[in-house]
Amino acid sequence: MFDLDRWKEIFDAILKNKLRTFLTGLSVASGIFILVILLGFGQGMHNGIAKEFSNDSANRIFVWTWRTTKEHKGLNPGRRIVMNNENAAYIEKAFGEYLDAKSPLLRVQTTSITYGKETLGYRVQGVGPDYQPIENEFMSEGRFLSEKDMAERAKVAVLSNKMKREVFKKDDEPLGKFIKISGVPFKIIGFYGDPGGDQEEQRIYIPFTTAQIVFNGSDTVNNLAYNLKPQATFDETVKASMEFSENLKTYLKQVHMVAPEDEGAIRVFNTLEQAKRFHNLTGGIKLFFWFVGICTIVAGVVGVSNIMLIVVKERTKEIGVRKALGAKPWSIVAMIVQEAVFVTAVSGFGGLIFSMGLLELVGPNIEVDYILNPSVNFQVAITTVFLLIGAGVLAGFFPAWRAARMSTIDALRDE
Amino acid sequence: MIQIKDLHKSYKMGSNSLHVLKGIDFNVEDGELVAIMGSSGSGKSTLLNILGMLDNADTGDYILDGVPIKNLNETKAAQYRNKFLGFIFQSFNLINYKTAAENVALPLYYQKVGRKERQEKALKYLEQVGLKEWATHLPSELSGGQKQRVAIARAMAAEPKVLLADEPTGALDSKTSYEVMDLIQKINDAGNTILVVTHEPDIADMCKRIVHLRDGVIVEDKKVEQVRAQQYV
Ligand SMILES: Nc1ncnc2c1ncn2[C@@H]1O[C@H](COP(=O)(O)OP(=O)(O)O)[C@@H](O)[C@H]1O
Ligand SMILES: [Mg+2]
Repeated sequence: MFDLDRWKEIFDAILKNKLRTFLTGLSVASGIFILVILLGFGQGMHNGIAKEFSNDSANRIFVWTWRTTKEHKGLNPGRRIVMNNENAAYIEKAFGEYLDAKSPLLRVQTTSITYGKETLGYRVQGVGPDYQPIENEFMSEGRFLSEKDMAERAKVAVLSNKMKREVFKKDDEPLGKFIKISGVPFKIIGFYGDPGGDQEEQRIYIPFTTAQIVFNGSDTVNNLAYNLKPQATFDETVKASMEFSENLKTYLKQVHMVAPEDEGAIRVFNTLEQAKRFHNLTGGIKLFFWFVGICTIVAGVVGVSNIMLIVVKERTKEIGVRKALGAKPWSIVAMIVQEAVFVTAVSGFGGLIFSMGLLELVGPNIEVDYILNPSVNFQVAITTVFLLIGAGVLAGFFPAWRAARMSTIDALRDE
Repeated sequence: MIQIKDLHKSYKMGSNSLHVLKGIDFNVEDGELVAIMGSSGSGKSTLLNILGMLDNADTGDYILDGVPIKNLNETKAAQYRNKFLGFIFQSFNLINYKTAAENVALPLYYQKVGRKERQEKALKYLEQVGLKEWATHLPSELSGGQKQRVAIARAMAAEPKVLLADEPTGALDSKTSYEVMDLIQKINDAGNTILVVTHEPDIADMCKRIVHLRDGVIVEDKKVEQVRAQQYV
């Protein structure tokens, strides 16, 4: 391979036939270029969507129940399904590996909420300490509910910043003061804020256990809320999330004797469901980009083959002359193939470097929704280049082999 | 140098077969300058191509410099051509993107001669044909006579045992033809064996022996008094 004289011969041929070299090179380089850019943007869309949905509240799962819609095991439809503490405990135990945060929720039916003489129009929810990360609440003052509050069934309440603004005067120091919920006094231990703004700050949180004891007297659970552990990749996170949703539904349907195909009784809201839909879409788009990219490469290969065919045809007489002067058939084949490989390799890597450089430069500066940092897997790109070089070898080899085997006298007669 | 016995060659043309050479017996000694004459289509080029191992005979013996030439594959034939033979074609057959010197050096490349030596030799042979100062010119910048002289230099460069020229003056006017013949005579004077195919009697007369082909057989083979081309140049 490393025959300096042959390289010299090849460079001569390349330099003195600039147009055909340029055309071969162009079809290879543009093939690689288009592939890399397409794949880059496919990846960029993927990244963008992954980011859009990877905000911390993104892998939140919310479970609530309603009436059955189908007859099952002799039970009539329209039966109201109610979750209980046992369900919550079982899920925690059985699917604990998925969970990052978990909280049951009980909506408290209040007759009144008062602060001093003032009546407040908010909702009261009994939740666990984990409800803070699940709802993305941040504390502005004081603290959120704790495990200790839960264990002691403490009569404490966490209010929102909105409430503080609306209810308490500036000079009033509300922390440690009491509000009355249906006549029962609760000590104010903190103020939270919600990134969603005022509409999301309508809830007063009290410990879930307290809510059950004081206002309900039973073990009813209205909602179950979970944050799932993020996995190594977005795809794995989505997969784990879907798995958990399904397992959870199956379990709840079983224990509450709900028909497996009844979608009305057990409701699960999975924030990743939507992400997954987008994700599938990007998957499709990526596939399409691959398809287009591969078509481009195939077109490139066909282009190279065509040019090589023409090149060899054009050089038939030259090949005859070389053979008359003592060139062996293999040296002719080697000459043409080596030229093809050299040109495809140089232009392939040229296209690769140019397109990857462009992605590298432009990629991070792209500020379009759902496109983030388009980039391309180097391994994939390099493999493609080698594939093209391989194609170049074949594209050069067959016509070269034919020309080399052609009888010298016929080659010489070629005009 | 060359011994041929009962050489036959026919071309298949569909169902027909055209018998071109019908039993050629022919010897050439070292240092001869032979003209092969005959009307167009009489098989002159066919004979020369077989001698040049560019084409194969159907039957018959061919011994070149004591080596029987038989059943050669392309690789072996290329090796023998490179070692034994130099070609001069009617249409010059220079490689158009190579300079005069590069064209002359090409057979040396296939002899695996080093680059520096190739260049030196190419210049030496270009000088012999009087074109040293044209070394870096492309064929397209040369006249027909100059091209043929470059081709002759190229044929000489490999230092072959036999030079085969197929109508070397066929594409040239008579003055240029004589210049080329003058060159061929001088090369022959230096001891080289040369076969020249021609159908021009004045060119044939500048050789030392004339072989006449008609209908695929040799009808006449005579030694002649060589006319020197020098006097017409
Ligand atoms: N490759 C070929 N295929 C078929 N016929 C051929 C081929 N080469 C030469 N011939 C025929 O063989 C005959 C001799 O050709 P050639 O040796 O070229 O004659 P010359 O050189 O004496 O003019 C001609 O009739 C020619 O048409
Ligand atoms: Mg002829």
